Amino acid sequence: METLRMILALPRGGSTIADSIDLLHGFVIGVTMLMSTYVFATAAWFTIRYHRKRDDQLTERVTATRRGEAFIIAGILGTFLLWWVIGFRQYVDVRDPPSDADIVYVDAKQWMWKFAYADGRVSNDVLTVPLGRPIKLVMISRDVIHSFYVPGFRVKQDVLPGRYTTLWFEAKEAGTYPIWCAEYCGVSHSAMRGEVRVLEADEYARWKRAGDAKLAGAPPCRLPGACGEGNLVAEGRAVAERRQCVACHTLDGQKHIGPTWARLYGSEVTLEDGRRVVADDAYLTRSMMEPNADVVAGYRQMMPSYRGALSAGEVAALVELIRSLRDAPAPPSGIALPRLDVTAVKEGGAPP
Amino acid sequence: MTTLPLTHAAPPGAPRSAAHASYLDTETTLRSWLLTTDHKRIGVLYLGTLLATMALGGFFAMAIRLEHLTPDPTVMSAMTYNRMFTLHGVIMVWLFLIPSIPSAFGNFMLPMMLGAKDVAFPRLNLLSWYVFIVGAVLVLLSTFVGGIDTGWTFYPPYSALSPTAVPLALLGVFIVGFSTILTGLNFIVTTHTMRAEGVGWMQMPLFVWSIYATSIIQVLATPVLGMVLLFVVVDNALGWGLFDPSRGGDPVLYQHLFWFYSHPAVYIMVLPGMGVVSEVVATYARKNPYSYKAIAYSSLGIAFVGFLTWGHHMFVAGMSTFDAGAFGVLSMLVAVFSAIKVFNWTWTLKRGAIALKTPLLYIFAFLFLFVFGGMTGVATAAMSLDVHWHDTYFIVAHFHFIMVGGTLTAFLAGLHYWFPKMTGRLYPERLGMLSAALVFAGFFVTFFPQFLLGNAGMPRRYFNYPAEFQVLHVVSTVGSWVLAVGLMSTAIYFLWSLRWGPEAGPNPWGSRSFEWRTASPPPKHNFTRTPPFEIGPYDYTQPLPDEAP
Repeated sequence: METLRMILALPRGGSTIADSIDLLHGFVIGVTMLMSTYVFATAAWFTIRYHRKRDDQLTERVTATRRGEAFIIAGILGTFLLWWVIGFRQYVDVRDPPSDADIVYVDAKQWMWKFAYADGRVSNDVLTVPLGRPIKLVMISRDVIHSFYVPGFRVKQDVLPGRYTTLWFEAKEAGTYPIWCAEYCGVSHSAMRGEVRVLEADEYARWKRAGDAKLAGAPPCRLPGACGEGNLVAEGRAVAERRQCVACHTLDGQKHIGPTWARLYGSEVTLEDGRRVVADDAYLTRSMMEPNADVVAGYRQMMPSYRGALSAGEVAALVELIRSLRDAPAPPSGIALPRLDVTAVKEGGAPP
Repeated sequence: MTTLPLTHAAPPGAPRSAAHASYLDTETTLRSWLLTTDHKRIGVLYLGTLLATMALGGFFAMAIRLEHLTPDPTVMSAMTYNRMFTLHGVIMVWLFLIPSIPSAFGNFMLPMMLGAKDVAFPRLNLLSWYVFIVGAVLVLLSTFVGGIDTGWTFYPPYSALSPTAVPLALLGVFIVGFSTILTGLNFIVTTHTMRAEGVGWMQMPLFVWSIYATSIIQVLATPVLGMVLLFVVVDNALGWGLFDPSRGGDPVLYQHLFWFYSHPAVYIMVLPGMGVVSEVVATYARKNPYSYKAIAYSSLGIAFVGFLTWGHHMFVAGMSTFDAGAFGVLSMLVAVFSAIKVFNWTWTLKRGAIALKTPLLYIFAFLFLFVFGGMTGVATAAMSLDVHWHDTYFIVAHFHFIMVGGTLTAFLAGLHYWFPKMTGRLYPERLGMLSAALVFAGFFVTFFPQFLLGNAGMPRRYFNYPAEFQVLHVVSTVGSWVLAVGLMSTAIYFLWSLRWGPEAGPNPWGSRSFEWRTASPPPKHNFTRTPPFEIGPYDYTQPLPDEAP
């Protein structure tokens, strides 16, 4: 099994359905390579065997027999249908969640994954699940079509606006598995990544009680000052990357999906409704928790709320990071992102 | 009804009169080219245009591959990258692959293969070229006013929200569609009404059958594309919300309508290529096709069943499991027709008299790549596998094996095969073989690693990618350079041959097909005497009466 995966460059099979799918994969691709090589080699052999001896050489008329044709057609169709029968049965398995599956709600938007668990817990980009339990995801998109894809589980399902789709899996190996958005969804499509964290039963129970902070594998410096040499600005950078803030906000003054953080702290900001506010600690914190309360003029209402997702320590670290950038140098001249007019599009979709 | 559209007839076997100037020499002014209704000149106009669009699409492809040398931004920004892959797709699909073989070689060869003087509607034929130019210019204009970043599939709601120049590009594609319909209509009517005496349906060269089947798809499917693209235009420009769920629309409906055209469009692209294969194999093997009827009817089978498989693009898009299963079975069926053709071509070689020339070398590349690409397509119709592969590089590799490994390879085979007929000159054979080998090797090194990338889970249309994929991406990029060198050397020796290539003579390959039974380049009205069509296009059991000039 592992050799097969290595030859096919497949990632490890972390779900209960992965093995049977990979076996079919090996069967189908093996036959494919054999057949294409066989056709090529036969053509090459005929070319050598029946090479032209004289320029005006004549050949006799050879035609197919009905029996030969029928035999070939039946053989090919039979092989294809066999693949389909196996593949369709697996497809039904992949699509049909067991009735006792635990449900997690998935909210996709440009360019992040939000997960809401049955106990009211929420998380961004990291989906934590227990080992050996079927998990059913009920998914919807806030904006355009996304596609929830976990290669390690061999599952994928488009996430549509205005309609719920489902996907299920049961992890059989603990560890982390990347989530990738597989349906093109705009400029930061390739940054719309997350991960599934599969925990053993006891560790999962601990996570349910205490959240990320008590996990052995969790980043150590979650609370300011928790680590001796804790540098709050560095921690802020780590948080900004972990929480994908940098997918929309730049640190160097370049314009992007959201306002840049460079020279933001303490500056006066014009809001969508014409109000002018000073970007102080309170404003920055409120913008993380209620992003749509004070939208900066010229930007779209698209940032999700991080209420409950960011710990107090993480918020403090982010604010500290933004404060450290208040005297950042002017953006590098000449290297600007191409004019990106998503900023000018108002909610509702009509371009200016 | 059959007509015999010959200006004057001479007894078979009479020596060719040098007084008949070729279609290139009758008039040489620019005006005579731009206002021509000669199907051969229109074919040449199309060929020149399409080679230019192919070069442009190829440029974007090279830029995309260059960007993927490193996992992080390499030479461009995310937005530029998104525009590049969109333009690459739009140009290659609509401005090159769909019109490529039908509009260039079909226009030039189809009437000659029927023994006709021209197509049924010569002025409509010229109009189709102008319509194509207008559409192409609109598509290219969109690059200068913001580009377009939706991917060639234009999926809403993203395409309805995208701030880029979506309406302009879509209108361009919409207009190009009219050119496709006009050409298809012309070929259907020509095949029905313009066949010369002695050219019955079962005496037509197989290339005509494939173009005929293609034309049926073009005429029936293109209107659906036109409609759905207009819907996106009004969604984007006027905010109608036909596909926007927040206003009661349905984005999945778009996908059904889009693929209802765009899956058959795959056969629009590859069927003419299959026609080229049938011609080239028979000529260089000096042999009748193993089963003429099987090849001819499988073209029609593909055209028909091809309309019933579109749902296999949507196995994970949100469709009922039963529907998905039905589309899976039908997709298996359509592949059987292609498999029938492949076996027939291979067995045509048996007991032939085979000369391995550049076009046949391209056909061998076609056989390997098309079988591999086609069977990976069957593999994705084994539905559980598609759940993993959908929208990954596996799919990218699969359709490039069909589109480039199939259609482009057949296009190059046709270009080499018919170059002497179109220009009256030969190209350097050894350089041709060398370039063909480079193209094949470059192609394989470019796209085979992409199957592995897809297996590993790399999604398509990713600007940045996880670092563990870099090795395969670098191999793929290096392969694209080899491919580019092969294509550029091909371009160079063709340009050289236009002027300095040795005279080809009427029938340098000794083919029996009808287009070779006249001078190269052909006279203005194709034939200067009644072609001896009682000897069929694949009859190599007896010498041609006029074979030795």
